[in-house]
Amino acid sequence: MHPTRRRFTTLLSTLLATAAATLLPNATWAQAPDWAKVRVGVEGNYPPFSKLGTDGKLSGFDIDIALAVCARIRAECTLVQQEWDGMMPALGAKKFDMIVASMTITDERRKAAEFSDPYYDVPSRWVARAGAFKDHSPASFKGRKIIVLRNSPRAKHVAEQYKDSEVLLVNKETDVYLELAAGRGDIGFGSSVVSSEAFLKRPEGKGFAQVGATVRLNGGGGGVGIAFRKTDTALRDKVNAALKAIKADGTYKKLADTYFDFDVSGGQ
Amino acid sequence: MLHGYGPAILGGLWATLGVAAASLALACVFGLLGAVAKLSGVRALRWAAEVYTTLIRGLPELVLMLAIFYGGQTLLNSLAERHGWALIEIPPLAAGVGTIGFIFGAYLTETFRGAILAIPRGQAEAALACGMRRGQVLRRIVLPQMVRHAIPGFANNWLVMVKATALVSIIGLDDMVHRANLASAATREPFTFYMLIAGLYLAITTVSILALSRLEKRFSLGVRAVTF
Amino acid sequence: MIDWAVVTESLPAFAGGLRVCLGLLAISLATGLLLSVPLAVARVSRHRPLAGAVWVYTYVFRGTPLLVQLFVVYHGFAQFPALRESMLWPLLREAWFCAWLAFALNTTAYTTEIFAGALRATPHGEVEAARAYGLQGWRLYIRILLPSAWRRALPQYGNEVVGLMHATAIASTVTLVDITRVARDVYANSLLASEAFGTAALLYFTLTFTLVGGFKLLEWRFLRHLRPQRPTPAHAH
Repeated sequence: MHPTRRRFTTLLSTLLATAAATLLPNATWAQAPDWAKVRVGVEGNYPPFSKLGTDGKLSGFDIDIALAVCARIRAECTLVQQEWDGMMPALGAKKFDMIVASMTITDERRKAAEFSDPYYDVPSRWVARAGAFKDHSPASFKGRKIIVLRNSPRAKHVAEQYKDSEVLLVNKETDVYLELAAGRGDIGFGSSVVSSEAFLKRPEGKGFAQVGATVRLNGGGGGVGIAFRKTDTALRDKVNAALKAIKADGTYKKLADTYFDFDVSGGQ
Repeated sequence: MLHGYGPAILGGLWATLGVAAASLALACVFGLLGAVAKLSGVRALRWAAEVYTTLIRGLPELVLMLAIFYGGQTLLNSLAERHGWALIEIPPLAAGVGTIGFIFGAYLTETFRGAILAIPRGQAEAALACGMRRGQVLRRIVLPQMVRHAIPGFANNWLVMVKATALVSIIGLDDMVHRANLASAATREPFTFYMLIAGLYLAITTVSILALSRLEKRFSLGVRAVTF
Repeated sequence: MIDWAVVTESLPAFAGGLRVCLGLLAISLATGLLLSVPLAVARVSRHRPLAGAVWVYTYVFRGTPLLVQLFVVYHGFAQFPALRESMLWPLLREAWFCAWLAFALNTTAYTTEIFAGALRATPHGEVEAARAYGLQGWRLYIRILLPSAWRRALPQYGNEVVGLMHATAIASTVTLVDITRVARDVYANSLLASEAFGTAALLYFTLTFTLVGGFKLLEWRFLRHLRPQRPTPAHAH
């Protein structure tokens, strides 16, 4: 073979082999209708419910609940980390079978997914520079910029109640505090637990404080639940039974007590 | 200075280069197929190739990536369900490579098409007169000569593609930008890490330009340069 | 097949996204065009250090991804307390300002190279003739060189404008609610990829073809000397 052609052929075959190797799907997932194997979508960036350690291991309340439920339904669970922004699309694309990522149950979300019974419910908190605002009424925040997670019940609450304020929508909850610390907004509106764990208790949260009392939002039943595809009602029912079981036998309380010194179940 | 995230960023560099190289291979395949289709005598093929290039070049790369990434997986899922196949899950890396390869295949189609058209018609005519079949003409006469004409456009597309791989971090791939995102969030020093990866991209660009100009010189041996 | 309800409900949001996209495109383009002319002149000047400095600028901004440039401006600048307390901060903390800054710097670099290339390609006869008429300095540029270069640069510049419009989609990564962000929101809420991304695609297509059409018109006017001529019958005077 002509030397240039040989070189060309070798180069081309190597490139094609590389392409083939990366493109061939590596795992075919035979769907077990009896749900012996379940993949669970988690966020990994919502402390203390979900965090990714420097060793690459996922931990947190959401993770513990997911594993406890899986043990109850006798399924082999794989945790799949997913950015919050793409959580629902990933569920739809069957990257996992259920979402355990502190997803609040809302009517809008119910249009696209099925939810389990709520597994915790904590109030929301307004955070701003200490002493900047005396309360969190719409009048106090008139003309200011509120930072809140997009497509969430909190965002809806802000859009409805705080019409005189500017709104900055971010893609994940931790960005609320990031943008607040960077001075890109005046007030942040987020989960009471996460704002405390991920921000107020940390060095970057120095000089910031809660504004007014914590707020409980309603709508869609309230609380956070586990999300499923609309077709997977069987799995949803199994998980509901498991949730009832772990609450009844004290597993839930044991897990919650390792993270919180107050009641997160929201009376459910 | 890098708070220990240096190795993580370098790992991301490796991933970026891998994605770019694999995408290039795939894009070349799509590009050649597209170019041959656009120049073929079959009207349906010409039309299909035209739709392909117009669609891709009329939309932002980010939108194409999102659409192909999400839509592609959904399409595959519904196909699998309808035919009762086992569910195929495409690993994110493969999805990213497939997407970028598909997108830049359209740009390379135009490059290769222009390069094939730049070859004097006499070459193909003489080959046919010698009794070669169409396939042989393509393989032995057209493609080797096309390479020389395609290099400038190819080089340009490669440089654009390397920069476009930065967008795969948005569909969740673990590349250099994603590593920089993680490092910035952990250390609260975004400037350091984003400047670092900017420097790494610049290095990739520089090395590519040097290598490609050598390649151009190599393939232009024996061709008399135009003097003004 | 297609859930038209989702599409019609999302149209107001898409309209807002379109406004953001066009606004960002307009201000970035205007800045780019304004800055690139003097920079291109500097890039082709005989004064080596000046030309070299501009080369470094264009090399860096064309050799790095726009996404990374945007992140350096938006996330990176916020890292420095000095900047956060400066007078610039009320502007620098706004997402649209950061996006404008990054996009303007990026498109200026590309446009500078396009115009510099067009200037370099000026037929020498034009310059000789102009000098013969006594034109020099800035008059030479404004009356002869720049209009001539503009004509040559037009096709490539058209490509750059379309490319910039496509690049505005990247602004969606820093909280700006443009067409791409609206599409992603619609998809996240409805899980209907065709409806969400199809509408966005349609909008971008329309914009692309409008811009391409606009530039074809400009080329028709400015490059009319290159239009195919019909042979005119010889006049008998």
